[in-house]
Amino acid sequence: MKRFIGFIKKEFYHIFRDRRSLFILFGMPIAQILLFGFAITNEINNVDIAILDHSKDTTTEEIINKISASKYFTIKQMIVRETDIETAFKKGKIKAVLNFEKDFSKNLIKEQKATIQIITDATDPNTANSITNYINSILQNYQQSKNKDIVIEYQIIPQTRMVYNPELKSVFMFVPGVMTIILMLVSAMMTSISITREKELGTMEILLVSPLKPFQVIIGKVVPYIFLSVINAAVIVVLSIFIFKMPVQGSLFLLGTESVLFIITSLALGILISTIAETQQSAMMISLMGLMLPVILLSGFIFPISSMPAPLQVISNIIPAKWFIIIIKGIMLKGVGMAYVWKETLILIGMTLFFIGLSVKKYKIRLE
Amino acid sequence: MSISLSNISKSYKKVKAVQDISFDVNPGELFGLIGPDGAGKTTIFRILTTLLISDEGTATVAGFDVVKDYKAIRKAVGYMPGRFSLYQDLTVEENLAFFATIFGTTIEENYDLIEDIYVQIEPFKNRRAGKLSGGMKQKLALCCALIHKPKVLFLDEPTTGVDPVSRKEFWEMLKRLQKKGITILVSTPYMDEAALCDRIALIQGGKILKIDTPEAIVSQFPKTIYNVGAVNMYKLIQSLQQYEHVYSVFPFGEFVHYTDKRDLFEISDLQSYLEKEGLTAIHIESTKANIEDAFMELAR
Amino acid sequence: MKEENVIEVNQLTKTFGDFTAVNTISFEVKKGEIFGFLGANGAGKTTAMKMLIGISKPSSGQATVAGFDVYSQPENIKKNIGYMSQKFALYDDLTVKENITFFGGIYGLSKKKIKEKREELISELGLENISNKLVGSLPLGWKQKLSFSVSLLHEPKIVFLDEPTGGVDPITRRQFWEMIYKAADQGTTIFVTTHYMDEAEYCDRVSIMVEGKIEALDTPKKLKEQFKVDSMNDVFLKLARIPSPTLPKGKGKNTDCN
Repeated sequence: MKRFIGFIKKEFYHIFRDRRSLFILFGMPIAQILLFGFAITNEINNVDIAILDHSKDTTTEEIINKISASKYFTIKQMIVRETDIETAFKKGKIKAVLNFEKDFSKNLIKEQKATIQIITDATDPNTANSITNYINSILQNYQQSKNKDIVIEYQIIPQTRMVYNPELKSVFMFVPGVMTIILMLVSAMMTSISITREKELGTMEILLVSPLKPFQVIIGKVVPYIFLSVINAAVIVVLSIFIFKMPVQGSLFLLGTESVLFIITSLALGILISTIAETQQSAMMISLMGLMLPVILLSGFIFPISSMPAPLQVISNIIPAKWFIIIIKGIMLKGVGMAYVWKETLILIGMTLFFIGLSVKKYKIRLE
Repeated sequence: MSISLSNISKSYKKVKAVQDISFDVNPGELFGLIGPDGAGKTTIFRILTTLLISDEGTATVAGFDVVKDYKAIRKAVGYMPGRFSLYQDLTVEENLAFFATIFGTTIEENYDLIEDIYVQIEPFKNRRAGKLSGGMKQKLALCCALIHKPKVLFLDEPTTGVDPVSRKEFWEMLKRLQKKGITILVSTPYMDEAALCDRIALIQGGKILKIDTPEAIVSQFPKTIYNVGAVNMYKLIQSLQQYEHVYSVFPFGEFVHYTDKRDLFEISDLQSYLEKEGLTAIHIESTKANIEDAFMELAR
Repeated sequence: MKEENVIEVNQLTKTFGDFTAVNTISFEVKKGEIFGFLGANGAGKTTAMKMLIGISKPSSGQATVAGFDVYSQPENIKKNIGYMSQKFALYDDLTVKENITFFGGIYGLSKKKIKEKREELISELGLENISNKLVGSLPLGWKQKLSFSVSLLHEPKIVFLDEPTGGVDPITRRQFWEMIYKAADQGTTIFVTTHYMDEAEYCDRVSIMVEGKIEALDTPKKLKEQFKVDSMNDVFLKLARIPSPTLPKGKGKNTDCN
């Protein structure tokens, strides 16, 4: 045990003396959360749009007023001819055009049906989608307020309601993803680098030719990073609660436990990488290409899994991060308990055991 | 026997690193493996320190089999790999304390063994190992390898890249350790260090050329060597190589080491030949063979 | 011809902050001479050499290399020197031929000249059968011989060799020195930096640097006579009078410059 503690002490010396990595270690989570929270966002705000109003009656005026009154849109331009729509888009100043048909009010009263065309610039599909949704909901609001006194039978009005994140705050979506990336990076990349560094330095040779058992070396490498990763996870959660006012619905204890589980999964992956890689550089490359890219692309963090082609959906199942994101989204945003995430938890545990088993099997007690 | 190898062979992919190596090291002996880079020295060290398994042959260290009893060997030996394997970001003292801990001992417990080495670096005990000079790193690495009082000490090229003063001091330290009963296997590419060992194995291309005491190896040199000097070195070598009775010509510092095919050799014959070749300031005298001459003769 | 100086160094100094790495050194090297530039690690050898090959500006003093001033004409110097070090020599993942072609190109030789030189060099070193093999697969000794020949491709006036024969087997090493003697005989000046004292024995003249200063400069023979010892190694031991470079040196300056 004394040997083991001596080993861990040494690991902490390495970590705390490497100022640059230490800065990255703790600076990165903060930077990422702030970046995702403030800069990268799906929300729309003051989007410039143009209006082509063929009827110019009271109804269209009311609708236009309603739209311009919302904080989401700014009416930049009034267009007169259909042919100008294209030009307006090409100038790139506006993101959408609302095209009211002729005799809008008349049609609405006579046939109880009138048409508005919403044309959006889909070069940025996410924004285009959001714009359409926002305008739709404004229109529906308007309709509802109009129809209050009149009873019209058989009219079905679709109503969408955003739950769990009613304000559509994208930072809430990103927090679980960022947390996953940070834990993965710190745990897997840092451990694999710290093990391969000993190989490069030649100190691994001395450690092997010593009474220290291989599993002691591995556990000794891993313990400090469990510690650091837990701190990181806590920093992220605290930041999102206090800066972005993100409500954590579920139990913090469960969140913590699941995070530790995922940290262990990542550490096991890191050890696995270090059994393959001979140099720090290749350990870093494998961690970045082999872990980071799948986490970003296939875990459902940025691109929804349901809209991926079938083969990728299948592949996404073997990515531990996918399951962890489901779990923490559930806990943080929906406030669910173990009863709802036991399946994902079991999958993660299974994966962890598999990786640990594999790396213990691959870990060499000799040089080849 | 402290170390014993019999018929050890090892290949990496297609390359034969060592072939059919056998030798024994007696308890308390200072044994040297002398050979250039790529001769197979490091492979032998790694097999003996249980880091590699040989393809063929058996070996024991301190009575333990290198394959079966690898755990016992790892407790009983001290090992200093080719590069000074220290933690650059730990201080001198921290490095030493760390290696003491993983071997289940403390600096104090075996201090007497490392004392005369450690006092030399003690003034820098709070300096990071990465900031030490080559000579200091070498001494620290030796202390780390000795801290658990090993029975057998493996030193793989401990003097490579170290300045002459540190090299000299290092060999003096080895001699003192030997007196304390530690068996030492040391490798070096420097032929001049061979003379400092009790016995040596000359090794090249994965094969042992010769095993004996340095004195015996030198005295067995079959020819008389002549130091030949002249003003133009290049022309001198050319002329000697074209001489009809030449056996070997090797530049050796300011002279050329020349041996003749004939048993009866007259310095004046060679002198007049070289004069005819147009060389000036010719100087010929017989000299004693050294390990390097012996090595080249055996490697021919 | 023999008396022409190709390197002239006068009071050359280089300081880093308040640390003087090279302290007012002066020497000359003649055409066709094999000049040994010795010193322990951290004695200032590398710093001095960097100034001579035009990649580091001196703090003070004068120096000309191949007739060009180190301050104002470093580009001309680079065109007229060759460089070979044990650490960086050739590309392991290129073939023998490709390496020669590449370095010929760097030195600005014409295609025709490269081809000519390549054939000449390959036949001289007896590499005909392996000219299409990767350099990485060759034994160390061959690599070094090839690397030396490559550094001579553009017929430089001076070749700088950095610890050229460390770790090579004794026979290859002598073949290497024969190549050096040949180049010197043809008028190329050879500037060898090394801390291997046995390499020093082969030089025409050697200088020994200790802590930034040249402490001795003469032929190996005269130095051995002067210090009444048998080898350059012993000369060095006597010169480094300080009992050990690992012992405290007063100010406790970091001497590690590797």
